Amino acid sequence: MATESENLESLVNRRYEHGFVTEIETETLPPGLNEGVVRAISARKNEPEWLLEWRLQAYRQWLEMEEPEWAHLHYPKIEYDEISYFSAPKSDDDRPKSLDEVDPKLLETYDKLGIPLHERARLAGVAVDAVFDSVSVATTFKEKLSDAGVIFCSFSEAVIEHPELVRKYLGTVVPRRDNYFAALNSAVFSDGSFVYIPKGVRCPMELSTYFRINAANTGQFERTLIIAEEGSHVSYLEGCTAPMRDENQLHAAIVELIALDDAEIKYSTVQNWYPGDENGVGGIYNFVTKRGDCRGANSKISWTQVETGSAITWKYPSCLLRGANSVGEFYSVAVTNNMQQADTGTKMIHIGPNTRSTIVSKGISAGKAQQSYRGLVRVMPQAHGARNHTQCDSLLIGKDCGAHTFPYMEIKNPSAKIEHEATTSKISANQLFYCRQRGISEEDAVNMIVNGFCKEVFKELPMEFAVEAQALLNVSLEGAVG
Amino acid sequence: MLEINNLKSRIGDTEILRGLSLSVNPGEVHAIMGPNGSGKSTLAQVVAGHQDYEVTGGSVTYKGQDLLELEPEERAREGIFLGFQYPVEIPGVNNAYLLKAALNAKRKHAGLDEIDAFEFLKTAREKMATLDMDPKFLNRGVNEGFSGGEKKRNEILQMAMLEPELAILDETDSGLDIDALKAVANGVNSLRNPDRAIVLVTHYQRLLDYIEPDFVHVLSEGQIIKSGDKSLALELEEKGYDWVREAASA
Repeated sequence: MATESENLESLVNRRYEHGFVTEIETETLPPGLNEGVVRAISARKNEPEWLLEWRLQAYRQWLEMEEPEWAHLHYPKIEYDEISYFSAPKSDDDRPKSLDEVDPKLLETYDKLGIPLHERARLAGVAVDAVFDSVSVATTFKEKLSDAGVIFCSFSEAVIEHPELVRKYLGTVVPRRDNYFAALNSAVFSDGSFVYIPKGVRCPMELSTYFRINAANTGQFERTLIIAEEGSHVSYLEGCTAPMRDENQLHAAIVELIALDDAEIKYSTVQNWYPGDENGVGGIYNFVTKRGDCRGANSKISWTQVETGSAITWKYPSCLLRGANSVGEFYSVAVTNNMQQADTGTKMIHIGPNTRSTIVSKGISAGKAQQSYRGLVRVMPQAHGARNHTQCDSLLIGKDCGAHTFPYMEIKNPSAKIEHEATTSKISANQLFYCRQRGISEEDAVNMIVNGFCKEVFKELPMEFAVEAQALLNVSLEGAVG
Repeated sequence: MLEINNLKSRIGDTEILRGLSLSVNPGEVHAIMGPNGSGKSTLAQVVAGHQDYEVTGGSVTYKGQDLLELEPEERAREGIFLGFQYPVEIPGVNNAYLLKAALNAKRKHAGLDEIDAFEFLKTAREKMATLDMDPKFLNRGVNEGFSGGEKKRNEILQMAMLEPELAILDETDSGLDIDALKAVANGVNSLRNPDRAIVLVTHYQRLLDYIEPDFVHVLSEGQIIKSGDKSLALELEEKGYDWVREAASA
């Protein structure tokens, strides 16, 4: 017992030591956005003057910008003045004391997804002492990482501890005024992750595992910055297959990746935010800007995403292929069911010579959902020998959903080799009957066919997540047929 | 085992089965023959439970229960297997996966544990050898890009793995060259046993040279108009379907 209470105590202290959970205990800021709010956010994080100035410039730029309307998405106008841009994390007193107090439906979902027991409590927002196990595991990971020289901490912590790195790279991939949501995020970003892999270091573990059990509520304006120095390698997994509870409807995140010479970044996302009910009420709006910069020669950035959540998804993880021989990859599975809408895809910008990119997009629509793939392949005049292969497949379940493809190509160098393949298919009644005649239930048959359809993307995910992602798809499509 | 009594069924507005009766017991092999459009495939689909066929009259009893009350997957788990005339392609889903899922669904229904992966592979390889199939088959997408013969062999492989009590093979012989036909017939014959009934739906008597039926039935306009032993098939081959039809209406 003694050791346990000791551990508990050190754990509680650790919360304040490390930045993933901020120690601000003040209440939520009143709704509305103005310079005062930006200053207040910056002040609460003890940010240096240059960062406050950076945020303020972003805010001023945002004021001059218009919300984009080109996406194939329909949603009510967002009232930016009705949103609160900073809210204190819930105190432990307001949280469930144990899993017994958590909505049984949520627990049932965890079960279906095969989420390990020790992670369920944290995901469900149970007060910290009940989640003890997982955090101690996280501490072990942290030591292992620092032995390798890897910096992995919250964004706020990085601003304080490694200001020179943050200042050097922040906004160099996604400039403040890149787009409306990027400008908004730059002004009011709440927190996020910072990763720095030193020269020649191969990160000793998938950052997935660590992140999954350590990511507290980072708020609705998340900001992530990953820097891979020359010859380094990192695999990072964001998000979680479990449905996350979140009261904020608008999410506008930014992810910036920088790969220097011979470096490789693999960034995997599993996104399963609340999609709203069958009528589309109450779901999350997810407007994300994700971009990777292959700044160095022979560098490689690979995006893999499995998107099943959110009511509205607006997301185009992209690669700037600047270094000679650099490689960009985008593997995506997007599932939309009921009233969900997604406009998602990628941009591959070929700037350096002999740059290569691969796009594999698998879209699945069911219910009344609408899904669009929007992809841009741009080959700049100086990008000799650029190559791209795009494969874009849609699978429809039922007759009320839709799939749309908007491929854009801008080729300004005649030596480029560009291939584009696209298919649209339906799960046919005959396929389902065939499976049922073999004893497989209709739901299992749909899952089997969908998983077969997505196989090429799942194999790009870190092993343990591929299994969970499959389960996630099954849960997301429950009741899609019938 | 299977009692079909005065069965009537239609697809859309077209009535296809018009009072069909048939009794099948364990251990028996029945051949259902008849010209195109006589309702052979409809019979197979109705027994398997295809949703497009509406049953408008009569009854089907299987192992003492009302078969028409059961969902297609329940019928399958209860031991009914349909070898499809046109097996569908399911891209991306590999054969081994489908087979295992089917086998486990059946085992679960019977209160058994899931099959051991090693055991599964071993059995599948053995069965494939008897059907003269390349083991690589297991890793290909279900029927994806298969030739006609490969698809039919695949149906027989599934049957061999699932060990049904009642197997209905719908025109399994159509589109097969002689080697494939022999392989398929071997597969079927090796499954003949006193507990299992097999119903062969076929257009030609050729298949019956390799699989000897106990009973032959002639189907015409949705009814069985004549039944007999294997000699009936030979007689049909010689005299044609019109002969039976005339005899029946006389």
